[in-house]
Amino acid sequence: MLRYVVRRLLLLVPILLGVSLLIFFWIRALPGSPAEALLGERATPQLVAQLRERYGLNKPVYQQYFSYLKTTLEGDFGVSVATHRKVADEIKQRFPATIELAIAAMLFAVVVGVPLGFFAAKKYGSFFDHATLVGSLLGISIPIFFLAILLKYFFSVKWQLLPSVGRESVTLNTPHPTNFYILDAIIARDWYALWDAIQHLILPAIALGSIPLAVITRITRASVLDVQNEDYVRTARAKGLAPRAVDRSHVLRNALLPISTIIGLQTGLLLSGAVLTETVFAWPGMGSWLRDAIFNRDYPVLQGGILFLAVVFVIVNLIVDLSYAIINPRIRYS
Amino acid sequence: MRGIKRLALPLVAIIVLVAAGTAGGASRAKTLVFAGASDPTYLDPALVSDGESFRVTNQIFESLVGLRPGSTVVQPRLATSWTSKNAKDWTFNLRKGVKFQDGTPFNSAAVCYNYNRQYNFTGAFQDASATYYWQTVFGGFHHNASPDLSPSLYIGCTAHGPYKVTIHLRTPSGPFLSAQVISSFAIQSPTAMKKYGANSGELRNGVFYPTGSYAFSHPTGTGPFKFVSWTVGQRVVLAKNTSYWGKKARIDQLIIRPISDNTARLQALQSGDVQGYDLVAPEHISTIRANSKLKVENRPSFNVAYVTIHQGPGSPMNDLKVRQAVAYGLDRASVVKSFYAGRGIVANEFQPPQLFGYSKSVTKYPFNPTKAKALLNSSSCHVPCKVDFWYPTNVSRPYMPDPKRNFEAFAASLAQAGFNVVAHSAPWRPDYVKHVNEGTAGDLNLIGWTGDFGDPDNFLGTFFQTYSPQFGFHNNAIFKILAQAEAEKSLAKRIALYKKANNMIMKYLPAVPYAHSQPALGFDKNVKGYIPSPVGTDPFDPVFISGGV
Repeated sequence: MLRYVVRRLLLLVPILLGVSLLIFFWIRALPGSPAEALLGERATPQLVAQLRERYGLNKPVYQQYFSYLKTTLEGDFGVSVATHRKVADEIKQRFPATIELAIAAMLFAVVVGVPLGFFAAKKYGSFFDHATLVGSLLGISIPIFFLAILLKYFFSVKWQLLPSVGRESVTLNTPHPTNFYILDAIIARDWYALWDAIQHLILPAIALGSIPLAVITRITRASVLDVQNEDYVRTARAKGLAPRAVDRSHVLRNALLPISTIIGLQTGLLLSGAVLTETVFAWPGMGSWLRDAIFNRDYPVLQGGILFLAVVFVIVNLIVDLSYAIINPRIRYS
Repeated sequence: MRGIKRLALPLVAIIVLVAAGTAGGASRAKTLVFAGASDPTYLDPALVSDGESFRVTNQIFESLVGLRPGSTVVQPRLATSWTSKNAKDWTFNLRKGVKFQDGTPFNSAAVCYNYNRQYNFTGAFQDASATYYWQTVFGGFHHNASPDLSPSLYIGCTAHGPYKVTIHLRTPSGPFLSAQVISSFAIQSPTAMKKYGANSGELRNGVFYPTGSYAFSHPTGTGPFKFVSWTVGQRVVLAKNTSYWGKKARIDQLIIRPISDNTARLQALQSGDVQGYDLVAPEHISTIRANSKLKVENRPSFNVAYVTIHQGPGSPMNDLKVRQAVAYGLDRASVVKSFYAGRGIVANEFQPPQLFGYSKSVTKYPFNPTKAKALLNSSSCHVPCKVDFWYPTNVSRPYMPDPKRNFEAFAASLAQAGFNVVAHSAPWRPDYVKHVNEGTAGDLNLIGWTGDFGDPDNFLGTFFQTYSPQFGFHNNAIFKILAQAEAEKSLAKRIALYKKANNMIMKYLPAVPYAHSQPALGFDKNVKGYIPSPVGTDPFDPVFISGGV
């Protein structure tokens, strides 16, 4: 097991090198440079030339790449050309926001999706089964930003039940040592702040979780349908085990294996795919930050931010792979 | 089915809890929450040039002079009066009894410290991204690091006792005084700047980065609000400065939130999460108006949208008759009527009407396709005269909310006027602007400008005072009169010179102005006393909240 983990971690090196190359050349393939993007109407050719020289963009690309690689290896992601803040500091502040949102979205998707999929399989062909199919299709096909605006329209604007933007009420003054607001509120034993943070999470989590919810529901349904016709399930039933015990210990547990793969993949996607949700909910995470960076051709932010997300994505997948062994003890890593 | 019932229970519980909780529009007596589009860059006004930073620094800091609310008329602020015999040496009498928010006194030493600080900037601080407005107004520094920088217009500051200073300029400058209202020239506490490392900064990967904590957490000025906290991505909190020398702010706390998405800002206002926001999208104005609890405030127009006419070797636009035909062929009135949601006026010259120097006698070019055709047929480019016309995509500017539709309407009217329009488009950032500035965006293109300070030099001087690749023309008469107007000390003479310049420009037609638009702000109806400024220096101290927001 340990050897497997070390091997997987060592694999990170070529993966990240590849990712760094891809990001570096991809963003330079985009037309324009930060100089033009930032100066807008005020971009005189002289100012653009001055900034290009300052940013080192007039050097050969391979030199730029090696200097980027060198500073990145030294742990320096540089400074954003748009906000003038250190990329590492921004990641430190924004990544917890994205993680918190992704976990909440996944929690919503799993807590609602697994039971829905399970019962849809159990009631195969029923109205409930068809309804979950329609619901899943809707979940996948409704654009996130549209769903987000709709949710905000009803829950924030019309009924004023939940806040429409941000991570916490602006009048709160809770300290944030970890930048995970739920955790911070628990550490501070500030239950009002905890409830406030949860309230702010509900709508973005539902919007962001809509696609994973649909996927998990469908996969759970298919997986349960598959497993419940297996010999061992029939044997368990024939042995006279209570139906609920069969479902819990034999059907659901075995059906969870493909679901956990999907959860892992979807969590990775949520981390990078929160762009629209974060923008619509003014959620100060990585997604909205990277979106602005693309518009601003903010090379340091794109290089640092995407590389960081790539590391996280690989680690999440490693954790998912390792979780197989916990879910299914027959799986051994070597 | 039992499973579903079991699921339903927690869901109902959540809904009940949510309903019980106080969301968004909680009562926040005497606190105003306002939304801008993004975070400030820093809170050291000398080092920023963006509107979102200035929105905050304008509340914390004050300059020697300010603007009469809602106008571009210069009025006393930290200086009570000023004189200049030659437009080179400007003497200011300073307000007595003013203290910085850290308790240190405001005096002539503080004024000279602030001007000398920027004048003596070296290294990374001479980067255009760090000191944009110093370089715009004063050119270079005491010791220029780059040969591209011009000699500094500012050459020194003399204190005559504690409450009188003279600022010395290298050459006479008319726009100097108006430019001092920009927050970049606000007077900051020398003690706080020294204590919190305001003068330390470096270039990392070519980007300026202040290394002290002043610009992030200790901005200290004399303004009606003082800094409390800044949570990046979430809010800047300011509190009423109870020791303010003037009329105290009517709210206790001002919170400014960054919300980049237009619809999110609107919904935040509708839900009560904010009580006001800037940069209302034109399509949201009717939604705000239709809501009995909300209202729209108009920012006085301080911009101009125009069609660049690019001249250059072999261009048909070198012929004045062709340029006149373009001007007569653009149906500007229809465009303004159709695509500015009632918030635009047809521009007849390149500066907004409320700015001094506006001329009522410029040559006007109402839509007249017959006249345009006649002009073309007597010119070097006969009907159908082929023109490349560029417009930007993926953008909405305050002066040009819908460029594509502006373009389509203009292309149709030009076709009527005998032009064969070849359409080109490019994404605004960064391709389009680059092509426009380098003069490679066709014969005609759509662009515009929002003014930085209340002086015609910021419009006419920016566009036409010297040769620029964007327009590609050389007209020494225009260049000369604009340079003369900039250096003139007498306001009356400057007004006359700018009027003359406007007349000359509209005869020569280096471009065709077509719209001045009024940007909008959205507010809860209970928010009173907000006076939008044409240049965005909106004060929050007169704002108050009536009833329960």
